[in-house]
Amino acid sequence: MARTTAKRIANIKNFAIFGLIPLMIFALVLVTPFIRGIFYTFTDWNGFEYEEFVGFANYEASLADETFWKAIWMTFGYVGASLVLVNLVGFGLALLVTIPMRGANILRTAFFVPNLIGGVILGLIWQFLFDQALPTISENFNLPIFQENWLLKPDTAFWSLVIVTVWQMSGYMMIIYVTGLMSIEKDVLEAALIDGSTGWRTLTQIKIPLMASAFTISLFLTLRNTFMAYDVNLALTGGGPYRSTELISLHVFKEAFGFGFFGTGQAQAVLMFLIIAVAAITQVIISKRTEVQR
Amino acid sequence: MKRQRVINRVLFAMGAVLAILYAFPFFMVLLNSFKEKRAIRNDPLALPEEWLFANYLEAAEKMDYWISLGNSILITILSVGAIIIVSSMLAYYLARTKTKFSAVTFIILVSSMIVPFQALMIPFVGLFGSLGMLASQPALVFFYVGFGVSMSTFLYHGFIKNIPTELDEAASIDGASAFATFRRIIFPMLNPVTATVAIINALWIWNDYLLPSLVLTQEQRTLPLRTYVFYGTYTSDYGLAMAGLVISIIPIIAFYFLMQKQIIAGVSAGAVK
Repeated sequence: MARTTAKRIANIKNFAIFGLIPLMIFALVLVTPFIRGIFYTFTDWNGFEYEEFVGFANYEASLADETFWKAIWMTFGYVGASLVLVNLVGFGLALLVTIPMRGANILRTAFFVPNLIGGVILGLIWQFLFDQALPTISENFNLPIFQENWLLKPDTAFWSLVIVTVWQMSGYMMIIYVTGLMSIEKDVLEAALIDGSTGWRTLTQIKIPLMASAFTISLFLTLRNTFMAYDVNLALTGGGPYRSTELISLHVFKEAFGFGFFGTGQAQAVLMFLIIAVAAITQVIISKRTEVQR
Repeated sequence: MKRQRVINRVLFAMGAVLAILYAFPFFMVLLNSFKEKRAIRNDPLALPEEWLFANYLEAAEKMDYWISLGNSILITILSVGAIIIVSSMLAYYLARTKTKFSAVTFIILVSSMIVPFQALMIPFVGLFGSLGMLASQPALVFFYVGFGVSMSTFLYHGFIKNIPTELDEAASIDGASAFATFRRIIFPMLNPVTATVAIINALWIWNDYLLPSLVLTQEQRTLPLRTYVFYGTYTSDYGLAMAGLVISIIPIIAFYFLMQKQIIAGVSAGAVK
């Protein structure tokens, strides 16, 4: 009895030394605004104060808002296209740079560098490219593809967003896939070679199943980062032309800080969180299940 | 074997083309940063007729480059330092205490990692605005600790779990206090994770846009904020805008070449765990 009390006191003391301050900061900065945010969506909050509860009115208004739906579908399209392309390219690059050859390290650096730079700067770089450099170059060389500024039409503006995202994130995923490829034991690959397994078969039947966790991680990170994407969207298209490339993040920002609709803005932000949570959990469950089955 | 060599050559050529494609945007920005507006209009690919460094001087002055660079460095270093201290201690506590409370806390921390900043951004501004905590650099550091602590604690936790408790016990028998045990014995063993935590957080904070754009005033602005405003103001003068982009990219690239090994190791370790 005395011993458990002493232990409990020691535990409280340790908590005061090690855990209290970090958890207080975490609670104040992250948990409090999050919970308040959910609470506010049920009130007539104006950014500073609220007077009465309004039930689900903010959610109803959000779901009735056409531009919000547009932003949601835009985001799904963007996440889908990026998820496939970023990982396809990232895995391809990983295969390429793990071939033992001179210069592989330089290639690795070239592919990884865009990732070091923030989305806003990357967006600005590509704004210059699409707006100025590429049209003139295409004209000078008589290439039809980039003659018009891609950022001025909804379709091409969407794909320019995807291109920049692939350029930005594929190098990062490459690093994760390289780590996965390196973790495969040489004995396994030698055994496969002796058994007569060739390149493509070794890749699909042995390498990919053995590095399934790298795919889980990369897909998860791409999913999370693209659902939350804001910087590139802001700096490259600013949501334009005519709000056609506005992703959820930017939409929420404009709704609240641009138009001053704090209640619906926050309701949309909560919906965004729910979408991300469901998508991320579903993806991890599916990936883990395929990992285990193999 | 000869066939293998040919294949390798082809693959290398493919890799080189891809690498050039990846570097092309940077190359364009760099090349045109030395030109005047008219030369860019005519042919963005051409070498400048004369290499104009004036763009750089003007951009650095108009962006308050040295001030914003200083702001970025200060905020990044202070935040990363604070995150390292706070999360290593929290992780030590959570990993060594086998109570329901610590288990639940850990789960809350981990699940908070999928909460997008946008989901709490609006009440965040309301709450800290009314507390008078916006428009301040120390407050921004405080916020970074709050947002960074979960991921970093998670990384530390995974490592501390595998350090045998016998070490702590031996130290406590020798009369060391709990804090001394942590500081002298455990923390030095965490160096590899500390490197990972430092690099992941440094890259995030250095490049972050949204949070500082809500918190900082004009004079306190970090490099990405300055660059964005600067670019927006001078879109008519592309040479100047390009020079601004180049000088805002240089510090992080320099950092990468200094710490290449640690960065690659940190990024892969941080992601895989």
